[in-house]
Amino acid sequence: MALLEVSDLHAAYGPTTVLHGVSFTIDEGQITTILGANGAGKTTTLRAICGLLRTSGDVRFQGERITGKSTEDIVRMGMGHVPEGRGTFFHLTVEENLRLGAYTRRDKGVDADFERVYQYFPQLQERKHQQAGTLSGGEQQMLAISRALMMRPKLMLLDEPSFGLAPLIVQDIFRIMREINERDGVSMLLVEQNASLALNLASHAYLLETGSVVISGSTDEIRQNESVRKSYLGY
Amino acid sequence: MDAFIQQVLSGLANGGVYAILALALVVIYRATPLVNFAQGEMAMFSTYMAWSMIHAGLPYWVAFGITLIGSFAIGVFIQQVILWPVRDAPILTLIIVFIGLLVIFNSLAGWIFSYTIKTFPSPFPSDALFSGQPVSTHDLGSIGVTLAVVSLVYVFFRYTRVGLAMRACAENPDSTRLVGIRVGWMLALGWGLAAAIGAVAGMMIAPVVFLEPNMMGGVLLYSFAGALLGGIDNPWGAIVGGFIVGVLENVAGAYIVGTELKLTVALVVIVGVLIVRPAGLFGRPIVTRV
Repeated sequence: MALLEVSDLHAAYGPTTVLHGVSFTIDEGQITTILGANGAGKTTTLRAICGLLRTSGDVRFQGERITGKSTEDIVRMGMGHVPEGRGTFFHLTVEENLRLGAYTRRDKGVDADFERVYQYFPQLQERKHQQAGTLSGGEQQMLAISRALMMRPKLMLLDEPSFGLAPLIVQDIFRIMREINERDGVSMLLVEQNASLALNLASHAYLLETGSVVISGSTDEIRQNESVRKSYLGY
Repeated sequence: MDAFIQQVLSGLANGGVYAILALALVVIYRATPLVNFAQGEMAMFSTYMAWSMIHAGLPYWVAFGITLIGSFAIGVFIQQVILWPVRDAPILTLIIVFIGLLVIFNSLAGWIFSYTIKTFPSPFPSDALFSGQPVSTHDLGSIGVTLAVVSLVYVFFRYTRVGLAMRACAENPDSTRLVGIRVGWMLALGWGLAAAIGAVAGMMIAPVVFLEPNMMGGVLLYSFAGALLGGIDNPWGAIVGGFIVGVLENVAGAYIVGTELKLTVALVVIVGVLIVRPAGLFGRPIVTRV
């Protein structure tokens, strides 16, 4: 059974339809990426899955239909969304940001998860009493991933984690994302404009153009595809 | 000099009430960036609830406690039933809803309890606690209650789980939703809290201004001036601002403008702040990228 099944997803901002029936699936344990140019509907797809937008279509998470459910209920089922622009709570401390990630949890593993997150991102531990707004862009991205991780998600939706960051930091963050996927078994749906970066990390890819999926397959196949190479990889 | 100190102290007592109501305004402003014009009338209505219970023979502090709980419930009800359906409406619609609430509470109080002025008891003894005490025991008690309310609210927001969630909600509702916190309930909680805080202000000022449906009109104006002076998004600012306005009002009323023009002081503060420093003393200036 697929972890996430999206079929015929439509979404609109007011009168403007952005998604025209997007369909794809994500298998458990995998990293899947959605590629596409600016305005193709990548961010909208993630927001629609999380119920932040009014949508029609059918989205199933762990076999259960989640279309029409509230965002709060969807994320409580184990979906961690790392939003576009990182969604940092600027005026709260780093530690408070993380504690909010674990807000809905009642189990005893929260302390251990603080440790786990600090192991992945030692910078955050050093700055845990600092206001999150004072962090650098890279650190805020780490914080956003960590906040989602504190929810113990089964699936993480990552919206352009490389956006606006220096290449070395991006490398770091992507390495740790792979580690999180392998060690903690968190599946990921990654949206990226940087196609070669995303194809290196993911095992499956979908190409989105003006609101519909045009190509799909394993990342190796996608890399071979002539038009993807020309338009998105640039060689 | 003694007279001056006395004016300042009783100004602080009134200022404490303004500070509490200003705090209620800030709690709501931070959740939904609007000033709740009905805050004063809600507090007045709560005070009437307390009055009927005391009148029926309940001890003061029991009535006080039940009033807080009842006001909290009214606040939650208003948010969930009246405001939630219009949450995406334009600001003007919301302002009209607030004004509507103001009128409803005012008329409801007049209809149920009549417009005749009533006395409202003070929980504090009427004799001085020590000889040479510069202000009434009620004034001192009122300052004490203010400090207690402020500390409780501070502890709640700073050290509790729900307080953290409400701060998060005030800052970034979308991100708050994405960690599974029910934003609608946090807003309702904010309204409940503000209504209960306001009720304290009503019960503290009622022995001074007497209980009648319009008693909070002036108080709300002073509180609004206080909140604006301190910075409408900053709880500490609101409290400091409330105290400053209270003292200013009393001292100016006694020495400069006279009691008839006291309310003008509030308006002057509001206009002055908006012209000179719109963000207030401790507020964050609003920066918008255009």
